[in-house]
Amino acid sequence: MPEQGDARDHQHIVRSFDEELKALSGAIVEMGGLAERQVADALKGLVEEDIELAARVIERDARIDELEERIDQDVIRLLALRQPLAIDLRMIAMALKISNDLERMADYAVSIAKRSQRLSEQADRKPMQSLPRIGQSCLAMVKDVLDAYVERDAEKASAVWHRDREVDEQYTSLFRELVTYMLEDPRTISTCIDLLFVAKNLERIADHATNIAEKIVYIIHGTHINRPRHEVE
Amino acid sequence: MNEVAIEVEAPKLARLLDATYRPTAEQAAALVRRRYARERALKLAGLTGLAIGVLALGLLLASIVPGVKAFVRHAIVLDIEFDAAVIDASGTRDPREMAKADYQELIYRALYRLFPEATGREARRELRSLVSVGAGDRLRDMVLADPSIVGSTQRVAVIAASNIDQVLKGSIDRTVPEESRVVKDRTLAVIDRLAEQGRITREWNKSFFLTGDSRHPELAGLYGALIGSAYLMLVTFLFSVPMGIAAAVYLEEFAPKNRVTDLIEININNLAAVPSIVFGLLGLAIFLNTFGLPRSSPIAGGLTLGLMTLPTVVVATRAALRSIPPSIREAALGIGASRVQAVLHHVLPLAMPGILTGTIIGMAQALGETAPLLMIGMNAFIVDVPRSPWDAAAALPVQIYIWADSPERQFAELTAGAIIVLLGFLIVMNGLAIYLRRRLERTW
Amino acid sequence: MVTTTVPTATATVSSSAPVSVKMSARNVNLWYGTKQALFDVNMDVMKHRVTALIGPSGCGKTTFLRCLNRMNDTIGSCRVEGDIRLDGLNIYDPSIDVVQVRARVGMVFQKPNPFPKSIYENVAYGPRIHGLARSKADLDDIVEASLRGAGLWEEVADRLDQPGTSLSGGQQQRLCIARAIAVSPEVILMDEPCSALDPIATAHIEELIDELRKTFTIVIVTHNMQQAARVSQYTAFFHLGKLIEFGPTEEIFTRPLEQMTQDYITGRFG
Repeated sequence: MPEQGDARDHQHIVRSFDEELKALSGAIVEMGGLAERQVADALKGLVEEDIELAARVIERDARIDELEERIDQDVIRLLALRQPLAIDLRMIAMALKISNDLERMADYAVSIAKRSQRLSEQADRKPMQSLPRIGQSCLAMVKDVLDAYVERDAEKASAVWHRDREVDEQYTSLFRELVTYMLEDPRTISTCIDLLFVAKNLERIADHATNIAEKIVYIIHGTHINRPRHEVE
Repeated sequence: MNEVAIEVEAPKLARLLDATYRPTAEQAAALVRRRYARERALKLAGLTGLAIGVLALGLLLASIVPGVKAFVRHAIVLDIEFDAAVIDASGTRDPREMAKADYQELIYRALYRLFPEATGREARRELRSLVSVGAGDRLRDMVLADPSIVGSTQRVAVIAASNIDQVLKGSIDRTVPEESRVVKDRTLAVIDRLAEQGRITREWNKSFFLTGDSRHPELAGLYGALIGSAYLMLVTFLFSVPMGIAAAVYLEEFAPKNRVTDLIEININNLAAVPSIVFGLLGLAIFLNTFGLPRSSPIAGGLTLGLMTLPTVVVATRAALRSIPPSIREAALGIGASRVQAVLHHVLPLAMPGILTGTIIGMAQALGETAPLLMIGMNAFIVDVPRSPWDAAAALPVQIYIWADSPERQFAELTAGAIIVLLGFLIVMNGLAIYLRRRLERTW
Repeated sequence: MVTTTVPTATATVSSSAPVSVKMSARNVNLWYGTKQALFDVNMDVMKHRVTALIGPSGCGKTTFLRCLNRMNDTIGSCRVEGDIRLDGLNIYDPSIDVVQVRARVGMVFQKPNPFPKSIYENVAYGPRIHGLARSKADLDDIVEASLRGAGLWEEVADRLDQPGTSLSGGQQQRLCIARAIAVSPEVILMDEPCSALDPIATAHIEELIDELRKTFTIVIVTHNMQQAARVSQYTAFFHLGKLIEFGPTEEIFTRPLEQMTQDYITGRFG
């Protein structure tokens, strides 16, 4: 199997093709960075009751959509004009899917931001204690998967993929915790339901990070991660 | 994205785009002028070459044009009395008997009757010299064709002697002082009187084309040499062309490429440049001395010329074969044709026009070749027309050579006439080649 | 460099018919004089499949192709070692008649090279020299079937007596294919058959190749990787006289195993 490190040393004979691939990668990285920041800010807005930050998250979503559109166009153009094969083909085709995952991630961040605006009006903040933990796990996954993409590191991507189970477990325990709160004190039901949605959103963000990890492995090796995926619904 | 690429190349590009390196308008104009001058010079050189070629051709044609004179000759119309006593003394009308009669005497008698005042030996001798020594043959032919004319008197145009013919054609200059002129004043006076009486006629010189050589130019013909040359060409063709093509096909298509075939190739190419006289010597040594073929015969001459033509045919055939794209061979081999099938069905037919051209050039060369024929004795004086390639024969170029060497005035004319015939022969051969080539090129 | 042998997995090849080996090359080495042009090539050609040979110029792909019907025999200085089998029969065995090999393994060349004869004669020539036709009517049938097989019949049916060279380039190439299939070969070798053709003519040939593989086994050399991807089920990548990688076409073009293959097909060579 050709190693990614080697492939990078090999430049395309047509240099402008290299430039275009680099630009596409750059757009993905930019979009990834933006999505990561969206998730982080949404989380921060929620935990610190920063309504303005939450509002900025909602505002910035347009930029993500813009980037996704641009990547779509770049991919179509590259497919039509360069007829890429092998690793180039995998990288370009996956760019399409990765941008889709990132866009979904950002949507979840907006969703969290919207809920944090409502949650800030709630007095009882006790049920929120466990949320930052799963949030940090999610955020770390997003960050690592983007690093793996930038570095074309299949090992790192694979590690991220394995951490999805962790987040799923955290989500399950948080779910139980929130159900307990609701049983103990029916007044917290409204808050807990919002929090439940936030937790679900975070879990979905982690899922998309996992998807991206799979795609990174596919770009590099041309194979899928074979282990049956651990699905939580 | 392309900026990066341009940046890297920028220093080199700058050199290319830098206007200071460009020639000024004057320099550019000078360049253009020099280019035009060079083109004009080249064109001029080509035109000069062409002009010289055309001039040479013109001179050649001009120099052989007098040769057409050889195709006509003058005759003297005389009232011949077919005296039975001379022709058929025994009265048996036996054709064999009549063929032997002295017809020349009948002509002389007619002349004496026409000029009764010439009574002296000298005067009569001069009268007799007006007609060709072969003039009587026509009378004989008439008698043999129609024996009933014996005893009658007929108007017959008899062939004039060579010198008379030359005077009438203006080839002998009357203004030259008598002592250095072949035809004396008295004879000239006789000719003039004959002309006044309308007894001088011009006729188509049939015997030039229909008889063999003769010591008497007015009777000498090319027929023997023509037939000799035709036999020569036949033998040469049969010998050199099949063998040459076979050798070339083998060398080009089948022979392994190694030192031996290289050596053979070099030698064949060199052979084409060997002087023809050497081939004559070879023919003398092999065909006459070793194989004992008859001297002066077209078979010996043809084989000698065939040896000489062989390398030309081989070289031409190989060139023609090589000019056939290998894709044709591959096409045939690719559908399972054998090497021989590929060559015989496809390559050789396609190469045929080229082979023919080369062959015709070789044959034309052989046709005009004289030197080797001299070596095997084809310059002998041969009157008879050959009946087979084994008979002694003359050949056109040798005939021309012999005539050109003969002292009689009229032979110069015959030489030119023979050259016209030789060139005609060549043109016919080339025409045939062009016709065949056209036909073969259309064979689909 | 590792020479990859035939992968046993053929599930990726899109056809339901069982795959069997038609021709196999084992340890094929080839020299032009003292220069070695092929090094230990091991490869199988599958029956009723199109196998594409790709690689940079001078990599030995055409040389290898020409080994498969012994066209290299026509080059005096060429020497072949190793085993090339057609249905298990070693075609380089001294007892084998090379003409018979070429009748079973036909060839179509880079430049359309119809004979300068009529369309009919072009196709009829092969059957005639191999004695495949019993009568004139029989020969007519073979010619028609071959031209139909090459998808050319409709275009030339009314002018069979016209020279083959009067056709367009694409038609000429299809005529050459008709000529090749007229002798009922089992394998057809094609040496860059579309390199001289425009895209439409190329598409016709590619469609034809797909059709022909139902009846024949096809090996095609091409410089055009998209073409190899479009027409073949197996692809072999040659470099400097060595077989670098051989496998199902979609594997080669989506995830080649060798770095060199990847560099070549993605345009990173050199």
